[in-house]
Amino acid sequence: MADEKKEVLVSVKHLEQFFNPGKKDEVRAIQDISFDIYKGETLGLVGESGSGKTTTGRAIIRLYKPTNGEILFNGTDIAKLRNGSKDMQEFRRETQMIFQDPYASLNPRMKVKDIIAEGIDIHHLAKDNADRDAQVANLLELVGLNPDHATRYPHEFSGGQRQRIGIARALAVQPQFIIADEPISALDVSIQAQVVNLLKEIQEQRNLTYLFIAHDLSMVKYISDRIAVMHYGRLVELSTADEVYNHPLHPYTQSLLSAIPIPDPEVERRRRPVEYDASIEEDGQKRTMVEITPGHFVFAAESEIEGYKAKAASYK
Amino acid sequence: MADYKINADSFTKAHIEKEASEHISTPSLTFTQDAFRRLKRNKVAMVALWILIIMILLSVLSIWISPHNPDTQHLKWNNLPPKIANFNIPGFNGHGLYQGAETDVYKASGVPNNIWFALGTDSLGRDILSRILVGTRVSLFVAFMATLFDLTIGILYGIVSGWNGGIVDNILQRIIEIISSIPNLVVVILMLLVFKPGLTSIIVAIAFTGWVTMARLIRAQTLQLRDQEFVLAAKTLGESPWKIALHHLIPNLSSTIIIQTMFTIPTAIFFEAFLSYIGIGIPAPTASLGTLLSDGQKNFRFLPYQMVYPAIVISVLMLAFNLLADGLRDAFDPRSAR
Repeated sequence: MADEKKEVLVSVKHLEQFFNPGKKDEVRAIQDISFDIYKGETLGLVGESGSGKTTTGRAIIRLYKPTNGEILFNGTDIAKLRNGSKDMQEFRRETQMIFQDPYASLNPRMKVKDIIAEGIDIHHLAKDNADRDAQVANLLELVGLNPDHATRYPHEFSGGQRQRIGIARALAVQPQFIIADEPISALDVSIQAQVVNLLKEIQEQRNLTYLFIAHDLSMVKYISDRIAVMHYGRLVELSTADEVYNHPLHPYTQSLLSAIPIPDPEVERRRRPVEYDASIEEDGQKRTMVEITPGHFVFAAESEIEGYKAKAASYK
Repeated sequence: MADYKINADSFTKAHIEKEASEHISTPSLTFTQDAFRRLKRNKVAMVALWILIIMILLSVLSIWISPHNPDTQHLKWNNLPPKIANFNIPGFNGHGLYQGAETDVYKASGVPNNIWFALGTDSLGRDILSRILVGTRVSLFVAFMATLFDLTIGILYGIVSGWNGGIVDNILQRIIEIISSIPNLVVVILMLLVFKPGLTSIIVAIAFTGWVTMARLIRAQTLQLRDQEFVLAAKTLGESPWKIALHHLIPNLSSTIIIQTMFTIPTAIFFEAFLSYIGIGIPAPTASLGTLLSDGQKNFRFLPYQMVYPAIVISVLMLAFNLLADGLRDAFDPRSAR
């Protein structure tokens, strides 16, 4: 991570996503966020429910049309591409998503084989039927499922198995970049570890880049190289996983970290969650992402920079 | 009791193969197979299904094999009561009122001994059984056309409206509201200005309004489905909207489609019978269940068989379709049962 010459794969610049813009029920889901994702890294995106994590993921993969801003993927601006165009189809192959709910993300009327091969069919990646079947069998094996199950229907599988099918579907088109939208939050804890380890293994094998969206901080710390913290549609802090976890600067991040339960009754009983008062953001000052220490960005106003710098120094 | 000491040697390691724990032992059933398995367990629906199959077969076969020509008039042999061969079955022995007295009407009208009409003849001497078979065929044809419009216009309209949402949905839904606010009967009467009364005007009327319910149901379901994660997954894979509709929406809408179709059919049959009954449907001499009822009703007090049998047929037909529809709904949507 100390390597400064990392190649940027995805670069989000001043991205804004509003729903029903200009109407009474306008929702500003994402407000002016910018960050880079480097090739081969895992960027964890955390925040409370409704903070815009999922919307960010879906805007980057162009399930939504961003209201403003740029999303550069390998240098191409994805935000401006038209659905169905050639560049768009290429982007669709390079970027994939793993969904949150393993029960809703697989079409109940399709066989596992056809679910996984959907992308292969769309992008014509198989020479013939035998090749298609072989690819599906390989993918099933890769995610730790029995290839004999290819002709089964999704409802015959458990939650963890379904999530593996979802992963296999994403991998079928040989993407470079995978957005994992809370892929483990619908699974029970014993299965969560399996799925996260599987994701890590596959990342090493295929040199993938992940955007890992979650609200479970300990899981995010485990899988991520860097962590971005979101709050009310804005990024409030972005740094390496260790920095965010051990040296949080923004009060919201501190509040989030203080909310993690500790599996030791003695300590847990003494744990005091820090309340975050969002009204401190509403003082009319213009805030931007400021680099407090190298690689550690905090959403701050001019007047707050000194305070954060002092805080950062106090950790040393 | 001898002392039994448990030590480490008493235990052997259990070996569970990873494969075995992943094994799925239930047979692989598709959703449709599962639905038909449930349908087969529903006795009422199965009886209804068989009745319908028999009725459809008989009415189609009657194109080639009919007891009598349904349009041939035997003016001297009019109003003959039901008679089956020369068996003396009460109610089917050719006895009835003839010029005020109870006699063997066949003998009195001078019908040869080898000619009989299983359900009697009408006031023009036409065989009622043959006319009922023709009438059933007309009803089923109307039902088939109504289904066709449900399946084409209804589904397409619903999916386009639900999928696009926003302003497209708004416009399409307002159009539906306008269409459904005009009573069917008014549409048919207006049709009569353009078409001659007959099958065409009935079918045009059904084409105009019949698909509205289907379109509404499909739209509502599509609105739900389009935000499902498997549809989003198909989008991120780069699937075109038409393919998504074909591979993801329609298979998941199939139960709604089947059930709604089964409820459309009896409505269409009844609509045709109603129009023919009030005289703006199928014109003479073509038989339809509605015209048969209307004709029979004129002589109902004296010659009840002329109305009773067509009434039984249309009732059984409607009942069978409704019961089968209920059965299908329970089979395809297990949560709605009970």
